[in-house]
Amino acid sequence: MTSEQLAWKIRRHGVEMTHISRGSHIAAILSVADIVAVLYNGVMNVDPEKPKMENRDRFILSKGHAGAAVYAALAETGFFDIEELKTHYADGSRLSGHVSHKGVPGVEFSTGSLGHGLPVAAGMAYAAKMDNKTHKIFVVCGDGECDEGSMWEAALMANHFELDNLILTIDYNKMQSLDFCENTLKLHSLADKWKAFGWNVIDIDGHNHDELKAAYNQAKEHKGSPTVVIANTTKGKGISFMENDILWHYRTPQGEEYDAAVAELEAQRV
Amino acid sequence: MRDTFVKTLFEIAKKDKNVHIVTGDLGFGVLRPFFENLPEQITNVGIAEQNMTGVAAGMAREGKIVYTYSIGNFPTLRCIEQIRNDCAYHDANVKVVCVGGGFVYGSLGMSHHATEDIAMMRALPDVTVMAPGDLVEAECATKAIYEQQGTCYLRLGRGGEKRIHDTTPDFKIGKAIKIKDGEKVAIFSTGGIFDEAQDACEILEKKGINPALYTFPTVKPIDRETIVECANNFDYIVTVEEHNVIGGFSGAVAEVLSEFRHNAIQIKIGLNDTYSCIVGSQKYLRDYYGLSAEKIASKVEEYLK
Repeated sequence: MTSEQLAWKIRRHGVEMTHISRGSHIAAILSVADIVAVLYNGVMNVDPEKPKMENRDRFILSKGHAGAAVYAALAETGFFDIEELKTHYADGSRLSGHVSHKGVPGVEFSTGSLGHGLPVAAGMAYAAKMDNKTHKIFVVCGDGECDEGSMWEAALMANHFELDNLILTIDYNKMQSLDFCENTLKLHSLADKWKAFGWNVIDIDGHNHDELKAAYNQAKEHKGSPTVVIANTTKGKGISFMENDILWHYRTPQGEEYDAAVAELEAQRV
Repeated sequence: MRDTFVKTLFEIAKKDKNVHIVTGDLGFGVLRPFFENLPEQITNVGIAEQNMTGVAAGMAREGKIVYTYSIGNFPTLRCIEQIRNDCAYHDANVKVVCVGGGFVYGSLGMSHHATEDIAMMRALPDVTVMAPGDLVEAECATKAIYEQQGTCYLRLGRGGEKRIHDTTPDFKIGKAIKIKDGEKVAIFSTGGIFDEAQDACEILEKKGINPALYTFPTVKPIDRETIVECANNFDYIVTVEEHNVIGGFSGAVAEVLSEFRHNAIQIKIGLNDTYSCIVGSQKYLRDYYGLSAEKIASKVEEYLK
């Protein structure tokens, strides 16, 4: 399977899962799909046969509301049965709306409250460096999540301790829950902010798999400071009527909208 | 108590390289043994408690036993969600250490009064809550939480506490320690206010009242057995804590007392659901809010009239 194929499957599962569960956050799932697909398709050292192997790369989805993307990636790469994706949000399920590690093979850390993932990832990176371990810590945050003070606490710390085994990706789709980021709390220039915090900043198209792979290759080799990949994305990417429409942060795909979403995705099948 | 903790942990850390302290830029002088002799086992992560606690959880997930260290409410209330989500839910081997439980930093103002921390920490599933009453208990609790897998809270005083136990008691997480037998009244105390509870006992004894005295170095899990036994054998159970009377130690005892039939009345000694805006030393504030030995004794006497 190519990363493009995995990304397509994540999008298709995302629509199906939020349709079945009448769940939210489809636009966030579509936004982060390419990032997650590239990471799980060769960038990260993970093994579905040995989900807890010592030297695995660690992955934290700090924007836990897009957890369906991670569940889909894990199921498609063999960590658990694809059929189980249908239980997302359901009574008695282990696949909660926001990503949970409890009993789910391959999920490193539970998130859902924003601003938690980066400090935890920094702690993992710090301890790993201390013990001369070679695995990397990947963490994906949202742009709205950068409103959280704890993001910047961790940004200071990761730079100070030169955590070059820490690779943050910001899913920079320019939108958050109620409005565009610029209308909420101005983030521009996001790259300059991270540069000012001492990070190695790689600013790319977050839907271009070649750019993503090149960014992660560069990040893995980089020494002396943590890396942030600012992945410029489109919220709702891949389904025309969901793109850049704030409505789809919470709206669930049902009825004609579901049919239209599926039709658009089927036309893009790779 | 603070120095006892550092001394005890230092000895543990010398033998276990996975033990690590992360401090939120506090512990000047106190943490010197670590900074000077075990610099690779202590990190100052700056004035950023949310990050400190998240980092601790991440380090614990990588195999470390991490002690977050700060004063007053900073290691608890300031980052309670990181303790809940990142530490407790992940069964992370993080030990949250607070120096200055209660009115230790009395004169510094209400921001520095840790008077709701036990309630908040106790409300979190999978968190062990300890509040040692003297230096011996502090040493035992420090060793006990090192052995205990998972997230723990250690609420310490600062310095100058007495050594009340003569010998190291048979210390176990979740077990109260009987200091003395008595009749009619059983006094339960948790944390550094133990010396006031003990002095209150002596005052009452001089007036012909002979209370039993117990110290509860563990608030969670609470020692059910001792509470049930005392409720069946005493008329009054007096809970003493340097903390709000809501949700903390007295709440934990009341929860047990409400579950079975008995004839004991609970007398709650604590801060009566208020913040202190009065300036004063720990001793002064304890007395002002009715937590001094004299005030504890008078309250018990009132009930016995």
